[in-house]
Amino acid sequence: MIPARNLEIAVLVLGMLVLLFEAFVERIDKRTLAFAAIGALTAVLIGTWFLEPGPALESATGFWSFYTADPLSIFFKRFALLTTIVVLVMMIDYAPVLRSSAGATTQSGLGEFFALPIFTCAGLMYIVSAIDFVMIFVSIELVTISFYVLVSFTRRNPTTLEAGVKYLVLSALSTAFLVYGITWIFGVTGETNLQRITTAFANPEIELGGALFGAVLVLVGLGFKIAAVPFQIWVPDVYQGAPTPVTAYLSVGSKAAGFVVLVRVLRPFMMLPQMERLLVLIALLTVIYGNLAALPQSNLKRLLAYSSIAHAGYLLIGVACLAGSAVTFYLVAYLLMTLLSFAVLIVVAQRTGEQISDFDGLAKRSPFLAFAMLIAMVSLAGVPFTAGFFGKFFIFYAAIAQRQTVLVVAGVVTVACGFYYYLKVVRAMYWQVPTSEEKIPVNALSRATMSALIVATIWLGIYPWPILEALKR
Amino acid sequence: MLPFIIFCPIIAAILIMAGVPARKTALVASILTLVMTLLAFTLFEGGQRGFQDVTSLTISADWGLNFAVGLDGLSLVMILLATIVTAAAVWFAGKIDKYENAFYACLLLISGGAIGAFASLDLFFFYAFHELALIPTFLLIGIWGSGNRSAAAWKITIYLALGSFILLIGLILLYQSVPVASRSFDIRALQAAAATGQIGAEAQRHVYLLLLIGFGILVSLFPFHTWAPEAYASAPAPAAMLHAGVLKKFGLYGLLRLAVPLLPEGARYWTGLLVVLLLGNIIYIGLVTIAQKRLDWMLGYSSVMHMGYIFLGIASANILGTSGAAILMFAHGLSIALLFAIAGEVRKRTDTLLFDDLGGLGKVMPFAGLAFGLGAFAAIGLPGFVNFAGEVMIFFGAFQNGWEIERFHIFQVATGLGLWGVVISAVYMLRAYRKVFMGTLGARCNNLVDLDRSLRLPVTLLVAALLWFGFFPQSFVRIVAPAFQTYFSDNRPP
Repeated sequence: MIPARNLEIAVLVLGMLVLLFEAFVERIDKRTLAFAAIGALTAVLIGTWFLEPGPALESATGFWSFYTADPLSIFFKRFALLTTIVVLVMMIDYAPVLRSSAGATTQSGLGEFFALPIFTCAGLMYIVSAIDFVMIFVSIELVTISFYVLVSFTRRNPTTLEAGVKYLVLSALSTAFLVYGITWIFGVTGETNLQRITTAFANPEIELGGALFGAVLVLVGLGFKIAAVPFQIWVPDVYQGAPTPVTAYLSVGSKAAGFVVLVRVLRPFMMLPQMERLLVLIALLTVIYGNLAALPQSNLKRLLAYSSIAHAGYLLIGVACLAGSAVTFYLVAYLLMTLLSFAVLIVVAQRTGEQISDFDGLAKRSPFLAFAMLIAMVSLAGVPFTAGFFGKFFIFYAAIAQRQTVLVVAGVVTVACGFYYYLKVVRAMYWQVPTSEEKIPVNALSRATMSALIVATIWLGIYPWPILEALKR
Repeated sequence: MLPFIIFCPIIAAILIMAGVPARKTALVASILTLVMTLLAFTLFEGGQRGFQDVTSLTISADWGLNFAVGLDGLSLVMILLATIVTAAAVWFAGKIDKYENAFYACLLLISGGAIGAFASLDLFFFYAFHELALIPTFLLIGIWGSGNRSAAAWKITIYLALGSFILLIGLILLYQSVPVASRSFDIRALQAAAATGQIGAEAQRHVYLLLLIGFGILVSLFPFHTWAPEAYASAPAPAAMLHAGVLKKFGLYGLLRLAVPLLPEGARYWTGLLVVLLLGNIIYIGLVTIAQKRLDWMLGYSSVMHMGYIFLGIASANILGTSGAAILMFAHGLSIALLFAIAGEVRKRTDTLLFDDLGGLGKVMPFAGLAFGLGAFAAIGLPGFVNFAGEVMIFFGAFQNGWEIERFHIFQVATGLGLWGVVISAVYMLRAYRKVFMGTLGARCNNLVDLDRSLRLPVTLLVAALLWFGFFPQSFVRIVAPAFQTYFSDNRPP
């Protein structure tokens, strides 16, 4: 049996080892580091099934009052590890682009490119376990700072540079909001621990207005991480400019961690009716904005950026309806289908480009890639027998049970919008005539990863209950 | 046996996508399914209430979700329709120029989805199986369609996606309107709950409206019909046969399967609305159909129009009317499939379906002319075809229902106007027949060859089914009517 905290330590040590090898061992193909990292992370992932249970939240003292190993956090640690593994696979595919970027020598920077996601992964694993505002803040910073570097990694490309600067400035701003909100909550309750804040609210002398103000500021900070309207302005440019594997990481890992924190932080505040109304409003704006703005996009990366805003909207519907397990399932489905679409995008974009029209006739050129993209798009749209459908099903189920009519209506209308822009990609792949007949090669590791993601997407679309069971325990 | 009938087309579709020879596999699978269905039809014990040949597999006990399939008279008739039309459509498809495997896989997926939806005893799979057909339809029209295929494919896909999500909301609300203890996705459990009055009147009204709009969009109920003619005009003939003939019936089947037994109060509350909308289908769309200048558009509109009769049968809420609706669904599926098949063959040969460009085809294509004529007569509802039996039962049922509520009721008006619908459909069908097959030979119509021998077989299959059950409708009524006897105890069986 392993104590839960050793997982993060293992991941951090792994990251440092990769950096040391990168610095001192010169005559290796740097991609070996990525393969080693994938192997080590897989070992850690297996380790998560052999954890010794942490103390209950109520009786936690010392380190354990900052850090919990409850089922939710274990579940999302696995989620973070899995995402990082898939992202590393994508980065191996992406390595040629990095090498060919202007002014780079053959191997320059490749080691850091593989090491940074590992640190981000440790940060994500800390975030999902954090039950104290101090810990939440520190771990969010760990994630954000490694993303600052990752987003602007191909810094000689002007769009990447623009993305990096935008992400840096707006992220710093949102962090400021987060800290300010935390100080307000601390000022009112005298606590930073979420559990003790809940107990403090039971005290009738407490000034709820101040706490509410703090909570709203925290919501602003977190809204930035999850790309909720009106804090979504950075998303399209950053997603489009960042190296594609980083975009995938940003849209899955960072968003999932944001939602876990949101669910944990809001729990004490959800009994306040103002908070619920605010969440409903944000959810409504986010689904509508994300889906409508996605309609005219012609660049696939940008389309996926808007789609990620739209999915944040559906997830927020779940949060507003207090449906924790629905949100979790949706995040899992989102992980599978988003990573699948980015994996295909990376392979195809190196040969043709990132526009939707660059996918014309892909079914002729590479039936496997086209089929993988078809499954990803169909699942993102929410067609039955794919994971995406069950995600929407559970969210709508919760919303109907709570009688949130407005959210349901907005959800249904925007789902129909979604069919249009996701099927636009399908149309390009299957209807249009290819510009060249040349095959697009896929290496064995990527092919295996994509196949696994396809199988998982369909499997969860037929039999989603293992995920729900895993949460219950 | 039933799981075999459902999964045979789906597995064949997967095999075809994996690279097995497409046409042969599709033909073998569809004929095998048809034979198995005929076997099920003969083994079916008519006159018995409840479901037969039930297979059930628990998927989640917490949610009351099972993979459960079974047959009663209603679903048996629908599956028979689906398998006959599938076999005919696959046969008619012939050689495909591009992506042949994908074409046949899409056809079989639509068929498997429809059969699965008709056989499901579980709300979730009932819904999910139907959705299986959504993306194949999009691809079929988009890749192999003609005319304005792009716009038509978008329209049908987005319309149907919206309709099915509205339906999904209705189904979830239905599930949640039952007390927590007896919540289940199993249709039989829901029927038991409804029989003991566990679904409140208020909830019934909300659910019924959602189901009516959701299913209505899927069936092209007026005013949600605009996707249908355009899509059927652009779709390749086999896809139009399957969609107009079989898949569209899913919405009507859903109303008969769910709304009629579970939501009687909701049905009563919204009767007025439904009658007005279905008159829109019969009269308004009927007149629109007369105005059409192209054969494919005319057939598309006529298939929208005939839905009105079936809605009238469903609205009449007695055994006579609902059984008539079930029989007309079967009949209409066969006749419209036949008409679309012939229209597709004409388009293949002349490259146009404009009435003005055609004419005199009866001279060069006598067999096609005969087949089209028979299909048109069936669609009008001439005695001898099974359509007639269905329409007569619906009109009697609707009139009887109105008579029993009060002596002069909206139903009497609807029945009277509906009878005029028969005249309207005679006008447009005969006009189309005259313009295409009679008169002087059109400029493009020289040197045409008639349907070859291999294509006469599926035509004969469709016509034979129309005539056989038209002469012996009792063999249908005997098995369909008991499916409704449980819910309408106050009526005599016909």
